[in-house]
Amino acid sequence: MNINLTLIVQMIVFALLVFGTMRWIWPHILDAMEERERKIAQGLAAAEKGEQELTEARGKAEAIVREARERANQIIEHAQHLANDLVEQAKGAASSEAARIVAGAQQQIQLDTTRAKDSLRREVAGIAVGAASKLLGREIDARTHADLLDQLAAQV
Amino acid sequence: MTGMAAAEKSGGATEYILHHQAFLSNRQAHGIVDFTVINYDTVFFSVVLALVFFVLFWLVARKASSGVPGRVQNFIEIIVKFVDTQVRDTFHGTSRLIAPLALTIFCWIFLFNFMDLVPVDLLPAAGRGAGFEHLKVVPSTDLNATFALSLTVFILIIFYSLKMKGFVGFISEFTLQPFRVRNVFAQALLVPVNLILESVTFVARPISLALRLYGNLYAGEMIFLLLAALTLSRGLASLATVGGWLGLIAQIALALAWSIFHILVIVLQAFIFMVLTIVYLSMAHEHH
Repeated sequence: MNINLTLIVQMIVFALLVFGTMRWIWPHILDAMEERERKIAQGLAAAEKGEQELTEARGKAEAIVREARERANQIIEHAQHLANDLVEQAKGAASSEAARIVAGAQQQIQLDTTRAKDSLRREVAGIAVGAASKLLGREIDARTHADLLDQLAAQV
Repeated sequence: MTGMAAAEKSGGATEYILHHQAFLSNRQAHGIVDFTVINYDTVFFSVVLALVFFVLFWLVARKASSGVPGRVQNFIEIIVKFVDTQVRDTFHGTSRLIAPLALTIFCWIFLFNFMDLVPVDLLPAAGRGAGFEHLKVVPSTDLNATFALSLTVFILIIFYSLKMKGFVGFISEFTLQPFRVRNVFAQALLVPVNLILESVTFVARPISLALRLYGNLYAGEMIFLLLAALTLSRGLASLATVGGWLGLIAQIALALAWSIFHILVIVLQAFIFMVLTIVYLSMAHEHH
């Protein structure tokens, strides 16, 4: 065992190796690692932000839904009121119309009755006149009289 | 394989182990320090392992995407993140060098140490087939390799100390610590004491870094060699005896146990070297 030229050669090799590592290896690998660390940190931050935004959006959505529901309820209530009003109005209109129709009908009935009575009266009068003329045209027969009277009665 | 290697040398366990301790060098060294000698095996394996590290990481870095990473990129990123965390925990200044330096140290030393898990005779036997008498495959069992790392770190410590604190600040750290008093004369007397203490502390850093790594891996490799030597120079004929079987089973069981334990050691040593480098460099950056 002795110290010899190998020492010097090894020192040169070592110095070159350190230089090479410093120049071509270390910075590249470390840069890549730091770049990745930064990317991961950014990703995590973005994820956190996204989550926060999601929570906010959920809150907003809930508020909107709640508001919409309230408005819907209001609208329904309003509509019900309106419907009730309309029904009431319609009921009123219908009943007055019905009353009017009934009144009209009654009037018509009265009119018709009167008319019928008149025509009956006219007919009875006609028949009576006819019967009288027939009676006057033939000899008086009790039996025949009775028949005619019966016929008259049946016609009236 | 073990038996074959030993049979060739027709030597015992001592020769087997000593043979494994020798480097593939250009020539025999004279003395402890000899700069005319070079260990081809250490240089070869550490350059190959450096390329393994660099190409793998470079391929990933070139196509690194900030999207969903693939399997390989994920694996590389785990290592990078681990090193980055260590640096950020310890070092509070700004430096473009320290994190890549820590990554390089951790990965390169881990790969050095990983070679210890390759069966001790596998590559040396292949090397012998290719005509190389000796082949040491674990670069961190070569003091030159571990000192190359720690001395480079040491130079960086000095460089950053001077850069951040200035020459005066650097010197005052050596002379006004750890003993500091208000009285100027007493302080003057304490300066040499401080200088000795701080110098020892300072110089101990690269030495302890290099020796800790070397010692752990050298010891680990030595255990593998000793376990391999259990069945040294025994042929298949030894399996006819109960003792032969017991030796073989003991070798397999112990080598397996040591390999599993060694996985921990090789990672731990790479980690310790990296962490201490970060600590020393952050100390160089800080004012006291």
